[in-house]
Amino acid sequence: MLQFSLTKKIIIWGVIALGFLFAMPNGFYTRVETANDAKVLMADGVRDANTVAQAAQWPNYLPNTLVNLGLDLRGGAHLLARVKVEQVYETRMDDYWASILTALRGERATIGTIRRIDAANDEVRVRISEPAQIARAVELVSELARPVISLSGAGSNDIDVTSEGAVVVVTMSDAEKIATNTRTMDQSLEIVRRRVDEAGTREPTIQRQGVDRILIQVPGIGSAEELKGIIGKTAKLTFHAVVTRTSDENTPLGARQVLYPSQNEPGIYYVLEKTPVITGDQLNDAQPAFDQNNRPAVNFRLNTTGARIFGQYTAENIGNPFAIVLDQEVVSAPTIQSHIPGGSGIITGQFSVEQTTLMSIQLRAGALPAELEYLQESTVGPDLGQDSIDAGTLAVIVAFAAVLIFMALSYGRFGLFANVALIINVALIFAILSIIGATLTLPGIAGIVLTVGMAVDANVLVFERIREELKKARSPIKAIELGYERAFSAIIDANITTLIAAMILLVFGSGPVKGFAITLGIGIITSVFTAIWVTRLLISTWINAKRPKTIEV
Amino acid sequence: MRLKLVPSETKFDFFRFSTMTLGASVLAMIVSVFLFFSMGLNLGIDFKGGTTIRTDAATAVDVGAYRAALAPLNLGDISVTQIADITKPDLNAAQIRFEAQSGEEAASVEVLEAVKAALKAVDSTMTFPQTESVGPEVSGELVQQAIIAVLAAIGAVLFYIWLRFEWQFSVGAIAALVHDITLTIGIFSLLQIKFDLAIIAALLTIVGYSLNDTVVVFDRVRENLRKFKTTPFKELLNMSINETLSRTVMTSVTTLIALISLFVLGGDVIRGFVFAMIWGVIVGTYSSVFVASAILLRLGVKRDWDKVNDGKAGTQFAGIDA
Repeated sequence: MLQFSLTKKIIIWGVIALGFLFAMPNGFYTRVETANDAKVLMADGVRDANTVAQAAQWPNYLPNTLVNLGLDLRGGAHLLARVKVEQVYETRMDDYWASILTALRGERATIGTIRRIDAANDEVRVRISEPAQIARAVELVSELARPVISLSGAGSNDIDVTSEGAVVVVTMSDAEKIATNTRTMDQSLEIVRRRVDEAGTREPTIQRQGVDRILIQVPGIGSAEELKGIIGKTAKLTFHAVVTRTSDENTPLGARQVLYPSQNEPGIYYVLEKTPVITGDQLNDAQPAFDQNNRPAVNFRLNTTGARIFGQYTAENIGNPFAIVLDQEVVSAPTIQSHIPGGSGIITGQFSVEQTTLMSIQLRAGALPAELEYLQESTVGPDLGQDSIDAGTLAVIVAFAAVLIFMALSYGRFGLFANVALIINVALIFAILSIIGATLTLPGIAGIVLTVGMAVDANVLVFERIREELKKARSPIKAIELGYERAFSAIIDANITTLIAAMILLVFGSGPVKGFAITLGIGIITSVFTAIWVTRLLISTWINAKRPKTIEV
Repeated sequence: MRLKLVPSETKFDFFRFSTMTLGASVLAMIVSVFLFFSMGLNLGIDFKGGTTIRTDAATAVDVGAYRAALAPLNLGDISVTQIADITKPDLNAAQIRFEAQSGEEAASVEVLEAVKAALKAVDSTMTFPQTESVGPEVSGELVQQAIIAVLAAIGAVLFYIWLRFEWQFSVGAIAALVHDITLTIGIFSLLQIKFDLAIIAALLTIVGYSLNDTVVVFDRVRENLRKFKTTPFKELLNMSINETLSRTVMTSVTTLIALISLFVLGGDVIRGFVFAMIWGVIVGTYSSVFVASAILLRLGVKRDWDKVNDGKAGTQFAGIDA
């Protein structure tokens, strides 16, 4: 047991050396971080003297991966949002309505007039004036159904068509809903990511969670409220035909009409056609600007399709007002003076410069397909984070020193061997955390402290066993060999039970708890390695060099 | 000269008062359950939903004034607690907590801004280093997840012990575990320390630690059972505990040294969490001897399995592991 082959020795020392090498950058955290940031800038083509000097602070041949600091240590904001996916159903049904209209229009002679009536947001209801022909209408509409291409929804169509009296009912199928939800989520993630990136924050984490949730973590941002401001509203821009302007909130609405409040005239409402002429999807660019009265405004330019539709619409509706609607508020409702062919325009209203800047970011990044609802949020100020790092570091150092002294006092030379192993253990934990890119949180630091306390357990088991064997008047070498051999099953059983607890925490835990589970789990594995291999190698080297007649443990 | 916490040879009779110690443990568990139902846990927003805001100001915290400033906002149930930290005497921090507002999940920007403005009116130097808000939808799920996690951990660990030892050992380990968790919940009810997600992590660590200790003792019992086939079981248990006593004490002490350092120096954010672990280490160490082994003694073990395993008696890795 005490003889190590050369290969084994090389492997053990190799692992230790790699451990220290990869743990080292964390000792120079700010320096490595600055250098890494500068290198990213240089890769983007930035070459000023300052950046080059910063990049040179950390040589390229050394590893430069760092332990990520969690939000509770670095400061920043965390948001968990739910995307109201069901809002998209309505837009999808509007698209279907356009096709339904085309399909039925051709047979107006048999089925009579066609009128869309109000329905739930995942339905289109169409009333025809010839109830006797309902079967024909259903048949025509059914031809529009397309199979949904997805893994789970094999064999189902995107719409289900039924009838109720003279009404054709078109419902979105469940398979289509699932497919739509996936698209909505992908789009929302992409847009949230673009908006957060446009605001220039560093290393944001934006992930999908569960069916309809998005987790957003941004280090270094002042508060969750600020983050919400950046992500902002849906920024859904639409242009509608105006039916009337009114001050009565309860104006009765005709079919397919909506009532939106005016953004800058309190008490004024507009009745609009529900189906927009143009939507923000057709936007090519948006920039903050000023109007002729020098008030902040947003300039926009439509893409080719948008410009064509807009040109045609303005040509046909000269003298009529149209409404520019942003997130269900009428921003302005100018009267069309002339045909506008170029597809560019200006949105005026009562805005501040900040608002127009944010608005143009949001318009450029594209509209969110649906609204977000915030389920959970948290903010940690950078000072509190730094306090936690300082307190945590101090606690780790003191715990470490106390355990080292205690072990040396209790086991003498063998205690020193265990101490060397303990130092290697902590280096290995940091190395592994850096390599796998794990995030260190405050509970994670607690996990490390706990590991420092518990890591010596394996060594204690062995040393106590060696003592017992020595009492039985065994020779030193025999006692050490038996000590290791007999303590082995206790070490494995004891550590596996703790490891199981750590793994379950990792699976079921969320946020900071996960950070704790990661450091605890890694700590258990490294402590078994250091206790079984490293201390034994140290002891074996010492025994082989000195050949002591008696040993004291 | 060595520092020795435990003399190198001990012959304590751990079961002399086992009726009494077991009785005391049962009583402590009953008291804990009673405390849990009478006082209840001081659940954090992770499990209850709501918002907490940490304030930090240049002048001393005035809980009454903070409360009065927030009263007109009609936020429902509000609590204001001062945060004290011996290592930072000039800390003027407090924690404001209010329940989830009806009709919304996480607190809206408007509510947070209103609360902050009202507090700033009391003390203009105030800053808000930490804000957390959890909606009822998420907190419900967190409660569910926490319960699943604790049960899954206990189940998995017990399965492992059952695999490695006889079933009687498993029962002893379960009893010790239930004892430790019940007592931890009891002390959290009694002292009304905030019980949040991090405490669940601490509970699971206690599960791991307590079993760690129990397993080491059981491992020695298993070994001695093979070595001393005729020794009365009680004597054999006592011998095993005495032999591992030095290790038990050493490991508990090093772990406690580390945890106490974290408790004192680690800052107030993490103190509740560390307290749970310190408590767990103490009751976990106690229970591995006075609960797990005492129950094992009462259950007894089948001792004739060695005959099946002829010739392997005394070796460490005999295949007795079920």
